[in-house]
Amino acid sequence: MALQSNVPAGELSEKWTQYRSSMPLVAPNNKRQLEVIVVGTGLAGGAAAATLGELGYKVKVFTFHDSPRRAHSIAAQGGINAAKNYQNDGDSVYRLFYDTIKGGDYRSREANVHRLAEVSTNIIDQAVAQGVPFAREYGGLLANRSFGGVQVSRTFYARGQTGQQLLLGAYQSLSRQISLGNVQLFNRHEMVDVVIQDGKARGIIARNLLTGKIERHAAHAVVLGTGGYGNVFYLSTNAMNCNVSAAWNAVKRGAYMANPCFTQIHPTCIPVSGEYQSKLTLMSESLRNDGRVWAPKSKEDARLIREGKKTGRELREEERDYFLERRYPAFGNLVPRDVASRAAKVVCDEGHGVSPTGLAVYLDFADAIQRYGKSRASTLNEHNASEARIRELGTAVVAEKYGNLFEMYEKITGENPYVMPMKIYPAVHYTMGGLWVDYNLQTNIPGLFATGEANFSDHGANRLGASALMQGLADGYFVLPYTIGTFLANEIRTPKIDPNGSAFLEAEAQVNERISRLMSIQGNQSVESFHRRLGHYVWDYCGMSRSAEGLAKGRQLIRELRDEFYRDVFVPGRADEYNPELEKAMRVADFLELGELMMVDANNREESCGGHFREEYQTEDGEALRRDDEFAYVAAWEWNDTEPILHKEELVFENVELKTRSYK
Amino acid sequence: MGAAAGAGKVFESQERSTKIIVTMGSENMKLTLKIWRQNNTNAKGRFETYTLDTVNEHMSFLEMLDVLNEQIISSKGEPVAFEHDCREGICGTCSLMINGYPHGPQQGTTTCQLHMRHFKSGDTITIEPWRSAAFPVVKDLVVNRDAFDRIIQAGGYVSVNTGQAQDGNAIAVEKEIANTAMDAATCIGCGACVAACPNASAMLFTAAKVSHLALLPQGEVESPQRAQRMIEQHDAEGFGRCTNITACEAECPKEISVEHIARLNREYLAASIGAVR
Repeated sequence: MALQSNVPAGELSEKWTQYRSSMPLVAPNNKRQLEVIVVGTGLAGGAAAATLGELGYKVKVFTFHDSPRRAHSIAAQGGINAAKNYQNDGDSVYRLFYDTIKGGDYRSREANVHRLAEVSTNIIDQAVAQGVPFAREYGGLLANRSFGGVQVSRTFYARGQTGQQLLLGAYQSLSRQISLGNVQLFNRHEMVDVVIQDGKARGIIARNLLTGKIERHAAHAVVLGTGGYGNVFYLSTNAMNCNVSAAWNAVKRGAYMANPCFTQIHPTCIPVSGEYQSKLTLMSESLRNDGRVWAPKSKEDARLIREGKKTGRELREEERDYFLERRYPAFGNLVPRDVASRAAKVVCDEGHGVSPTGLAVYLDFADAIQRYGKSRASTLNEHNASEARIRELGTAVVAEKYGNLFEMYEKITGENPYVMPMKIYPAVHYTMGGLWVDYNLQTNIPGLFATGEANFSDHGANRLGASALMQGLADGYFVLPYTIGTFLANEIRTPKIDPNGSAFLEAEAQVNERISRLMSIQGNQSVESFHRRLGHYVWDYCGMSRSAEGLAKGRQLIRELRDEFYRDVFVPGRADEYNPELEKAMRVADFLELGELMMVDANNREESCGGHFREEYQTEDGEALRRDDEFAYVAAWEWNDTEPILHKEELVFENVELKTRSYK
Repeated sequence: MGAAAGAGKVFESQERSTKIIVTMGSENMKLTLKIWRQNNTNAKGRFETYTLDTVNEHMSFLEMLDVLNEQIISSKGEPVAFEHDCREGICGTCSLMINGYPHGPQQGTTTCQLHMRHFKSGDTITIEPWRSAAFPVVKDLVVNRDAFDRIIQAGGYVSVNTGQAQDGNAIAVEKEIANTAMDAATCIGCGACVAACPNASAMLFTAAKVSHLALLPQGEVESPQRAQRMIEQHDAEGFGRCTNITACEAECPKEISVEHIARLNREYLAASIGAVR
């Protein structure tokens, strides 16, 4: 099947407005008859469910959490971008569009990204109206800060808890619709299959996690706002329960997975400290506004630091290599994530790392504390302030800006980052790949839609900071609720879908079979141990640097691991009760297949772009070498257990010139 | 597996072909754990005792429980059920009464952020679920907190539909007021306030939302009615009354102040006497 992006005709800047004004609508009396299932209650799912409820559709919303408010959107720290240009610093819709296309290394769809930039401003207005307590200036207006890969200040924030506040805004809107009876909530319910009837998505199979009961739920359309698959790496900044299963169920039913190898490794995370470790913690990118990234110039100093015989503080200015500022003077510490991560990896691989594992560089606030301290002293007319006083004043300013992040760092590492420079290392954070969707956010299966991180559409090969919240809410509040009408307008004569139809019964039987298979193995190894090994393979061969040889080996290892899993995994307890180990086993089973597809995709893409760095394709000074002639396409994969089938969507750039990305 | 981080132990790092020595500078800790086990809501619960000798001070409390569960699973037992998700102190999923303190002894910290360096080798640690009639035990350490969702559904929102908003900067909000609203809005809905309260009152949770929205011009309009509806729901769920003990504030992992309860009371009073704002 040829992939139709269904991008409307017309000028880029007019497409969305014109399309929205001409797309088919569903009349209010018909909306009441149409049912929509939304899976996931993060920004993309929760906002969509709330808005669809407001519009009058009958909505059922599902989350595996105990409450919609737990979705992992809650953990986003730094902020949300919007082209408001409140700072009068030259921002515009076009600039946000351009920054996002360039930041994504020219591997995203122009029309989708422009629409995202257009609706970004509505999101801020909506969130403020919901009572989201964004940071404000003394004059009472909204404050902004800068993020990586851009030269304007367009990021809105609520301390280091922006995701939490935006999610609570969406959760509260959703709660209102639940209380009005427009949305029915199914918490502690995990989607375990999507049901396709006559070629259209007509419902889901869900497992009630409290009782283990398998349930059939029918609707006219299904929306997946189920997040990304970063946990395929085992260690990531994702929450422990984030998983690919909902999207993967769709893939097993014929939906295409696009660009699965496009994963984001975030440069500023707390380094791994031991093998028992269950997850990694992000230190917000906003810290790079003021923190300077460096490593010791000499390997000898690095060694002494690793052995605990020296500390970073003791190194003089000329003994430090501020490698981001050195390599990328134009953007300095605020280069995009993929660039910063790779640069950190290079210095550590060369032996300049500063933690016992050798895998860490410094993020240092000493200069910022000095700068803010002097400025504050001057404001207070303390012109002869002592060094100690300047430190005290500067520390207070840094604490006001980043206090909760510094506290979090200290809780985890036991070190005081106001005194000792933070140690950071890249970690898996976000996945740009996801379900292939057209301009309407519809997958190649009619009636099946994907929003937010679950789809692939907006971030290309690298996502810019503070753009995930923007995309989740853009899709959820302002795009999907309209574009789903293009499908539902043709469904007004379709009667209520019967959950006892044969497609539902078959899917239910297959789910039961899958569960009994896992329960009956009764092997000797825990689910966790398989997940951990899978994570090592994916990180080693499909992490920050990839090669044809490594990818082939990785694929082989994952295959073998999958066989071993089905021979030797141990799932305790019963299927018909609350059983977190069974939940985990079902998720890991899906990760084992996805991991293999990532290797296939990364191997197919013989170029370097964004977060995808193929060792064979780099410039003389080690930068990514993109190959637009051959690879300016979206790789959409049809799952096939023997050999996945590639479908290409060529990317057409009519409004931006394809250029080598430079932050120098 | 779990013991691989011991002093001087070699393990293969996540980076290809880099074998490295990890020296944590700490001995393994030996712990005795007394953990509440309960098969389901209706079953009778009991404490069971476990010993662990492979705990490392750099582990988080939940990683310590992971190690315990791996140990239980390796002997084909039933792992201890506990809830957790983000493991960075923001999702509000984790809970646990640790030695009688919600989220353990460290101030302003969720269980997932609590690290073992705050315990000593030889310690006995008692771990229980939240105890409240409105939070029935699901299994072991997992409780059902749906009551919190129903309190929010009763009115913890601004009645605005998508697309109805005016420009974000149309109404200026004093910085200090926005900050106080944020202090309240920071609530993670974990339920520690209920677990800490001798009356099992959820007044701090309810007040945090009422206060957050009452402080902002966007939320002020519906404030008295919101307070009234949320308190009615709070009482209907079986949470106790607030008698100003303030244990909630002391144990709140986000250190939310009881001043917000005072603001809730004002809003509630305004609703009761039908005051026009």
